Formats: sequence, C-alpha cells, structure tokens
Amino acid sequence: MSLLKLTVNSRAVEIDVPQSRYLAEVLREDLGLTGTKIGCGEAECGICTVLVDGTPVLSCVYPAFKAQGARVETIEGLSPDGELHPLQQAFLDHGAVQCGICTPGLIMTSKGLIDGCRSDGKAVTADDIRVALKDSYCRCTGYQSVTRAILQASGQGSPAEFPESRSETTVIGKPVPNKQARAKVTGAARYTDDYVFPGMLVARTKRAGVPHARIRSIDVGAARDLPGVHAVLTHAEIPGRNLHGLVVADWPVLCADKVRYCGDAVAIVAADSEEIAARALDLIQVDYEELPVVSDAIKASRPDSPRVHEGHGDGNLLKHIRVDKGDIEAGFAQAHVVVDQTYRTPATEHLFLEPECSIGVPAGYSPDQFGGALDPDAVRGETARHDKTTIYVGSQIPYQDRDQTASAMGVEPDKVRVVATLMGGGFGGKEDIMGQIHAALLAEETGRPVKMRYSRRESLLVHPKRHATVIRIRSGADREGRLTAVQATLYGDAGAYASLSEKVLTRATTHAAGPYAVPNVKVDCFAMYTNNAPSGAFRGFGVTQSCFAVESNMDMLAEQLDMDPVEFRRRNALEVGSVTSTGQVMRESVGLKECIDKVNGDIREGEFRWSWQEGSRRFAWGLGLAYKNTGLGGGAPDRASAVVELKLGAGENSVAEVRTSSAEMGQGLPAVLAACAAEELGLPYESVMVLLGDTDYCPDGGPTTASRQTFVSGNAARLAARELAGQLKDKAAQELDCSADGIVLVGGQAQAGNKSGDKAVSLAKLIQDYGQSAFQVRHDYHAPETRPLGSGGDMHFAFGFCAQAALCEVNMDSGEVKVHKVVAAHDVGRAINPLTLAGQIEGGIVMCLGYALTEHYIQEQGRPWTSVMARYKMPSITHAPAITSHIVEHPASTGPYGAKGVGELSSIPTAAAITNAIYRATGVRVRSLPVDQDQLLQAMHDGASEVELAWGDLDPIPKVNMGAVKLGEMT
Amino acid sequence: MINGWNHYHTPDSVEQAVALLERYGGQARVVGGGTDLLVEIRRGLRKPIEALIDASRIAGLDQVTRDGDYIVIGCGVTHTQIIRNPDIIRCGTCLSESCGVIGGPQVRNSGTLAGNVAHALPAGDGTIGLLALGGEIEVAGPSGRRWMPMQDSFKGPGRSFIDRHREVLTRLRFKATGAGEGSAHHRVMRPQGLCLPIISMGVRLKLDDRGRVQAVRISMGPVGPVPFVAEEAMASLEGKAATEEHFKQAAEVALSSVTLRASKYRASHEYRARMVRSYLPEILARAARRAVDTRDPGP
Repeated sequence: MSLLKLTVNSRAVEIDVPQSRYLAEVLREDLGLTGTKIGCGEAECGICTVLVDGTPVLSCVYPAFKAQGARVETIEGLSPDGELHPLQQAFLDHGAVQCGICTPGLIMTSKGLIDGCRSDGKAVTADDIRVALKDSYCRCTGYQSVTRAILQASGQGSPAEFPESRSETTVIGKPVPNKQARAKVTGAARYTDDYVFPGMLVARTKRAGVPHARIRSIDVGAARDLPGVHAVLTHAEIPGRNLHGLVVADWPVLCADKVRYCGDAVAIVAADSEEIAARALDLIQVDYEELPVVSDAIKASRPDSPRVHEGHGDGNLLKHIRVDKGDIEAGFAQAHVVVDQTYRTPATEHLFLEPECSIGVPAGYSPDQFGGALDPDAVRGETARHDKTTIYVGSQIPYQDRDQTASAMGVEPDKVRVVATLMGGGFGGKEDIMGQIHAALLAEETGRPVKMRYSRRESLLVHPKRHATVIRIRSGADREGRLTAVQATLYGDAGAYASLSEKVLTRATTHAAGPYAVPNVKVDCFAMYTNNAPSGAFRGFGVTQSCFAVESNMDMLAEQLDMDPVEFRRRNALEVGSVTSTGQVMRESVGLKECIDKVNGDIREGEFRWSWQEGSRRFAWGLGLAYKNTGLGGGAPDRASAVVELKLGAGENSVAEVRTSSAEMGQGLPAVLAACAAEELGLPYESVMVLLGDTDYCPDGGPTTASRQTFVSGNAARLAARELAGQLKDKAAQELDCSADGIVLVGGQAQAGNKSGDKAVSLAKLIQDYGQSAFQVRHDYHAPETRPLGSGGDMHFAFGFCAQAALCEVNMDSGEVKVHKVVAAHDVGRAINPLTLAGQIEGGIVMCLGYALTEHYIQEQGRPWTSVMARYKMPSITHAPAITSHIVEHPASTGPYGAKGVGELSSIPTAAAITNAIYRATGVRVRSLPVDQDQLLQAMHDGASEVELAWGDLDPIPKVNMGAVKLGEMT
Repeated sequence: MINGWNHYHTPDSVEQAVALLERYGGQARVVGGGTDLLVEIRRGLRKPIEALIDASRIAGLDQVTRDGDYIVIGCGVTHTQIIRNPDIIRCGTCLSESCGVIGGPQVRNSGTLAGNVAHALPAGDGTIGLLALGGEIEVAGPSGRRWMPMQDSFKGPGRSFIDRHREVLTRLRFKATGAGEGSAHHRVMRPQGLCLPIISMGVRLKLDDRGRVQAVRISMGPVGPVPFVAEEAMASLEGKAATEEHFKQAAEVALSSVTLRASKYRASHEYRARMVRSYLPEILARAARRAVDTRDPGP
C-alpha cells in the first residue's frame, strides 16, 4: 500500500492503496465515484474517460499512481451545486442520452475538447468533435444528437427543436427528456456494477473453451481448497432443473456431460476477490473428449454432420419455418424478369457498452452481519429488504429471469425477486439468462451477496449473437413492374442452444418478401443447431437479414425493368387493403407510401443525381424499405400489466407513479409510460414517476422485445391511468356536487368544467380525504389477438414502416466506403415523444450502418476470433452520417394514441440502402456483409459485377437448393 | 480487475530509471503511457510484471526541444504533444501526421512516441513517421548513453535491440526539414477488426532549385518483420524530376524490393500492393509540394 494524493473534483484526496491499482478502480471502488464506467478494460470503448490535469485519458488502463499529484475531474465534479454544467444540459436538451452508460465518458471527453479550444481561443467545430470523440463509442444515439449537444454547450448552435407530432393534447407529442436522463448526465445513475453490498463476494464462471466435447470429469477439489474461495458449484449442486431457455429449455445452467460451444458454463466460483476467483478457475480441472465441430448452418444440415444435441429428434434441425401463399410456379410464369441471388449475412454482436452483471443476494441477508449498512441509494427505501433470494440485474425480461432462476433453484417463482437496475444497452442481447441463476445459486450457497460481472471478453464469448444467415431469394416481376412471385430459402445459424431462434427466424421468414404486396410467395427457413455461440434476439429480429436480400433483389429487378427504383417499390408497396405474405389483410395504419414519398421528395429537392464522380471518388444514392411487426404476434398472448398510483409528493402536490416490469435499456420507455399516465390524469409530465422491473412491486410487462413496449405497456399505463382518472372524477363529483361527466382533470386539479373559473378540487385533497393508497389501479392489457403462422388472418396487430436513402462515397483508389447522409421516413403511428423517438431512429440507422460496413463476429470452427473488443468495430462518430428523419403518422387504432413500435424498424433497411448505393456507384453488387474494401477494389479492378466475400469470410457463399427438402436430402 | 504489476515507479532522472531496472533484475518494464503494454497484460498476451517504471516524468524529458538542426523529443512526450508542436508541424510534418492517426485522442494523450518506437511493431505509425525523417534514438544503460539510428534498434515484430532489462530509450531526434524539404505520411486502414494499418508510409524529400529530387527517404510498414526503409526506391528517385511518372515508378521499385504479406482479416497481398501504388506517389507528391512551399516562401 502506498499513499496516493490526488485532487479529485477540486477536493484533495489522500488514500492508501496498492500501487497496482488503475485510476478507474480508485475512483469507483476506493472513492465511490461510480459515475465513471468501465466498458471494456482494453482501451477501446472510451466510456471510462476522465480528465487528468485537464486532459482526457482512459481511466481503466491508466495506472492510478501515474496520476500522483494530479488534478482529476470526473462526471460527478461537473455539477457540484446541483446546477447542470452546460454540457450536461445540452445532452438533455438534444436527447444525447439514451442508455447512459457512455454518457459520462462522452461528456468528460467533450469537456476536455471545449476547455482546450477555449484556452486556445478557438471555436469548437464539428470536425473537432469528430476527432475528439473518435474512440468514444456510443451504441444508442448515432452521434448526431451528441454532436449537436457539444456545439450547443460550446456556445454555438441552439437548443434542439423537434417537430411536435399532430397534437391537440397536453403531453403526448411533446419532446421531453427521458425520466432518468438527468441522473445519467450527472453520474448519479446506478447500473448493476455500481451497487455494493456489505460482505459481497466476487463470482466467476469456468467456461468450456472448447466448442464441442464430452465431459469425462470435472475436478473442483483444488479450487474449493484455495483460501478465500467460498463456494465452487458444478451441475451436481444445482437444486432444481439444470436447464434454461426462453422458448425451449435446452441450455444447461452448468454443463454436466457435454459442452456445445466455447462459452458454455461448467463451474462457478465465489471468492473474496477477483484475483482469488481467477486462480480458482485455473485450478478447476475438466477432462474433455473433444468432438467434431459443426461450424455453420449449411454444414449442420448435412446427413453426416455430427449432432449438437444427440437427444433432439431432427438431427441438427431446430425448426423448419415456412410461408406459402398463392401458386409460386404460376407466379414465376407471369414474370417478365426474374432475379435469383444468394446472400450471406454475418453473426454480429450487440456490444452494449455495459457488460452483463448480476448481483445475487441471499434470502434473509442483512448488511449488519458484515458490519455495514445498506447503501441508501442501492434500493428504494420501502423495498430495501431481502426476505427472499434477490437478483439485481439489468435485463430485458425480469419476470422470466425470476421464473428461470426459481426453476433452477427448485423453488416457486415467488421465492425469487428480480430488481431491475438500469441497463447500459440491450438491443436484444439481454433477454437470455447470463449470470442471473449463477449469482443466485452462489448467494444462497455462501449466504452472502455475490456479484457476477462479466468482462468484455466473457460477454463477447457467451451471450447470443445475431443469426448468421445464407439466403437464396428469387423474385419475379411483370412488364409493368408488379411483383408476381418471391421464393426464398434461408439457413439460419442458431448456434448451440435454441434461445429465441425459432421466433427470430420466423420473423426473417415472414418478412422475406419485404413490405410489398406479392401474390405468390414461398419461403422455407431452416434454423440449425451448430457449435457456434447461440444466436438470439438482436434489434431487427431476423428481418434485418432478409431485408438485405429482399432490397438487393428489388434494385436488381428495377434495373432489369429499366424502372426508377423508387417507382418500382412504390408500385408494389403495401397499402391499406393489401395482403401480406402470411395472408394478413392490412386494414389500417400503412404509411409506407407516404414514407417513400417523403424520402423521395427530400433527396430530389434541388439538383438531384443518382450518382456522380469527383476525382477518384464516386458518389451514389441507394434505397431501402422495411417493415417490422409490433408485438409478439403469431398467436402468442401478448399482455402487459401496469399499476398507476396517485400519491402525495413533495410540497403536498399530487404525483403519479407507473409501475410495470418492462425494461428500459435506453430506448425511452419511462418517458412513454409517464406521458401516457400524465395525459390521462391531467398531470404535468414531471409529476409522473416510473418504477420498472421489480418483480415484487411491479406487475409483469412481458418481455421487452419485438418493438412492443410502447404499444402494450403504453396501453396498460394509459388504460390504468384512464380508469384511475374515472375514479378521481367520481370522487371529485361528490366533492364538487356535480356530475362526473363534466369533470376535467388538469394541472393536478379536478375541475367542474374546462373553464378556468370553474370550481375545482385538488387531487392532493382527494388523496388526503381518501387515504394514501386509495387511488391505485392495475390494468392488465391484452393486445389484439393474433393468429399463428400458416393459419392466415392477422399474424400481427400492427406494423411499422420505413424508407431510407443513403448517400455513399466509394473511394476508387482504396475501395473505402463512406456514408455521408441518410434520409429516412418512419411511420410510427404516433410520435409520443419526438425527442426519444429521434434517438431511436438515428441510433438504429447507425447500428445498421455497422451491419453493412464494420461488424462481424467471426468464429473459426466454433472458436471466436472476435475474442476481444479490439477485434470488433461498431460505428464510431467518424462513421456516422448526417441523418434527416421524417416522421409519418398513420395511427394504429388500438395503439396508445395511435402509436406502434419503432425500436427495431430504423435498424433494418440501412444496410441494403448502402449496398444499393455502392452498386450504383461502382457497378459491383455486394452479396455478403460487411463490405470488404479489399474485395470491392479487386472487383472494380477486375470489372467484376459482384463480390461474395465479406470482411471475415474465408469461403465463398455455399450453394443453396431452393425449396423445402426433407432432412437428409439437404446439400 | 486483474492488473498485472505490483510496484509503480516514477523516477525523475535517467540514472534513477536505469538503477531501478537493475534493482529489479529483469522483473521491471519501462513504460511511457503504457497504452500498449498494459492492455497486452490485461488481455493475457503478456505475463504480469513485478514493477512498472514510468519514464514519462523524467525531468526535462517531457518536452520537445531544439538542439541546432535537431528536433529532440523526450521519452515522456505524448503523441498529442507532438501533433500540437508547431516546430514538428513545420519541420517534421510527416511525424505530426503519423502521430495524429494513432489510436484515439485519449490514447494519444498518454501514449508516447518513445513507447511506440521501443515497441518495435512493423507498422507503428509514429515509428514510420520518424523513420522517414531519419530518426535517431538515445538509449541509456548502466554503461552510459549512446545515440543510434532508430532503424538499427528493430530486431523483429515487437522486438527491439534495446535491452529492456537494462536500458531506457530516453530521447528521439531528427534533423528538422529545411528550405526545399518536405515530408508526408499516409496510412490505409479498414473499418473492421484490429486497429492495425494495412499500410503506413512516410516520405521525406528534398528538391533542388530545378525541381529535381536531391534527397529522399521512404519508410513503410508492415512490409516485413521490422519497419522498412525503401532504399532502392529512394535511390531510383534521386536526381529525377519530381513528377507523377517518376513517383509511380518509385512505387514500382518499392514494390519490387519487398515481399508484401497477406494477413488474415486485414489485407490481401494484392490489396497492399495497390495501396502502395495508389498512395506512395500521392505522398511523394504531397511532400514535394511542401518542399516547393518551403523553398519558395510565399509573398
């Protein structure tokens, strides 16, 4: 131990710490300044940035003693008196805060930039921002709002202006910051890793490290004997069911006889420190008999392929999904032109900037046992008891976490409580069980709180990815440019366990004809088990993959027909009255043509050219369309429950609280729920609080997936609030001696009429009269019924639609591709909060730009090459295009105020828009993602018309036989 | 977090640093910003070490100075200091450009040029920039200090002739470009995978008053195990007019003098060759334009 002297946020600090500490550890663990976050531990992501003597540095790789004597500034130092720093305010104003995990780093990096420019007497430019934030990643925002916020804070630019939606209401359609945004810009926001419980142990997991092997033996004796180790558990110690899974329970909690991918868990350890836990893992001996590896979906389908799950009936086939509409042969017989192409899409990684973290707390835990007190901020006052096994976790499905944990523990679900913490991004990647069960088991085993925090490396290794696919798609159109038939065959790599593969690839299948009215459709999709990392939910949910294939084919058809690609799409676009591939008649809320027209009108303003050349750089526009269901659909009951309670807040004002176990991962759900309740109760938005995801205090909102929360939980909150409003009106009518019908709720008052002079009673008085808990309503919302695939009818209760155009540049010397601009229009039904909506759209576009250009989770014979963040690039601010976003509002009659989902929609068609632009610029069709500049340049050099190798591909796209074949006949 | 060292020293003299190395008998490593070494330890690519010796606070070695014709860079000087230094921007432009593309700003704020050179990667951008300028390094050890041409320090990929158990790279220097001289750097990256250059190239070029190449140095990487000086291409240009045609020919000579590698998930052999063909003439031309500018200072 040595004395470290720092000035932290203007306060002199002297602490005795080991010389081996990093600055981030001193700040977070020794000084409790958890506003500084850790995202990768390898100097890649930038979220740990703090200022040392005014200079931004990465605190997670900065030795603390390197800062000896220095002035350190963290996010907590920016608003010492509670008044926000201009940067913090600007991030709020511009909606530059979503999940918030990167926000402290972005703000501190920006502060370094602004302070530096100020002392140099220079104005901050957008170019300066791109340079300064080059390695400061944000997975949510798409950077445009961040850039604007920094310009505003530097004294340029002005507060954001967002078009309000068509609104005669008081709250709906108003751009307001999300509920926790303020806590996120000040560093006060707590994510799971920011919680500390007295007596807490550190947990780690022994991973398989081999993709496919039989376990001969597991020896944990030496690890158990290591001093400082409190527990080592294997499959033998699982009290309940040793399986979990969201659709099919096929994923072992701890592997017993076989491992099926490198990330499989074999044993778990709880120890006094990270170092001891790591040593214990090294002491665990597992004897494997390695088995041949199933490395991709098509190889998995061969009859001679090794089996991933021996007990499974259909070889490696997890699911065969089909869509059949009309007469496919007749459809192609009517076609004047036919395009038949095979595409490949990569596995990709969510790269939420907060790696998974779960804290298990045992039943009966009291901090006094360990001589400590409960952190007052750790849990809300009235819920700060641990009378049952409790898991603190940022996860997308709290109730399923609870039920799956209970099942593994062999107890009833009500013996487990899940407390949702803030989530540093999810994007579908935090739906499956990761450390939740392990943390709970170790907590109960040791009788102490246990923190299971994944390193970035472990996160990359373990959680499910986006499905890699191979898609053959044949599209035909007649002379007038009307689609006559679409036939497709898809192979999806489900990886080692089922996760949500069936659902995801069903979506890929049902959306495989695109947002078009096609009379004859036939699609077969094969979800195959392999020894790769499991594949699961990822924003876009399968539609991202098929959209790339569909929209590529659409441009090729338009070219063969010599038609304008916009007109060709418009002619086939779904509209009210159209029938989808699954036989669903679109009865309302189909704003696709308006989206097309908005984008087309925008890009053709002024002097429009599809493509042009400047020196050695070629520029071109490309187009992509998409649609995406809102809600689970396919006959699954789609429910959400919410409680809305009116209570007395500070200053005797009435406030409302909305409670539901839906998840906020940065998408802005609390803002939507609060707006719905505020609208119904006549309260200001600021007077509505939202509590999410505590399974003991919040009813089930269902999974936060399928772009469903605005619709289902929004409806639950709206209808609960409406019912509550009715009760309030009844009571007020008695009080005011008038009819309840005429009563208007406004500004915390119940008024006898809507004129300002009308007699009124405050809601606060009603609460005082009837008691604190008198006004509490729970609504169990059931979304409109849907039909299973294959049975016709409504497979989904709503769809969102969008059109996007991308302006790309291809450097003819290097093959490098740059996206300059994206013009987008999204039909969202109704914009409930234009500020958070803009964030969803911009962030989705940039995420899909990454899909096109930068991202590939590479696995070689089941072993991830992408083992560290340094090997996986998501788009940085240097890749982010300028985005113009138009909102189209064709209301869904059953949606809250007409709204439908948008969470995934924006992240679907951008990749195709980009590759269509590349084709127009170069004459080279890209058939595999992400675009490889090396291959593209080679193709241009050779005069080739296509490239089929993406970055990370070593083999050509395999041949796919069209149509359904029986297993065993697959090739 | 698993960190990987037990003691952290910040000596304020070279002698202290050398003495510390000796005291730890091979169990200590000198670091500048530590931005490479510490991450490699974190990733398990290197074994933990007993002590880190932080060379960034040695008195006088945290700044850029002038010594006659030489621009001298102390081992504590960060990439950010280099790219903001007006003397280097003017008289060592390619070093300024090459340090400007290293990592992100946070890494440049703590990473040092000395660390980049001592790491001896085949295409460290700062290294390629300094190599084109004809950089020299000063190494201090138990037997004193000596200057040597930096290219003599490279043993292999990530391996330096500097004895890391006994010696410290204390200073770097190069002769400032003067009238009729210019320099330029360019690198080609890809937006995927590891942040390593596909090709990084630097040029220092002097024109005579008739626009002919009087002297030229070309550095390249990765084209072999160590940063490469393209001697044959340099020789082919000397005395020739600074024309696009001659620059293109020089790129061909450079290509014929090296064996370009294909590296998985980074670049094919053919792609690297194309990048040399596309961008070596471009940076030669850029350096030549700068040479003209310094020869004929504007009105």
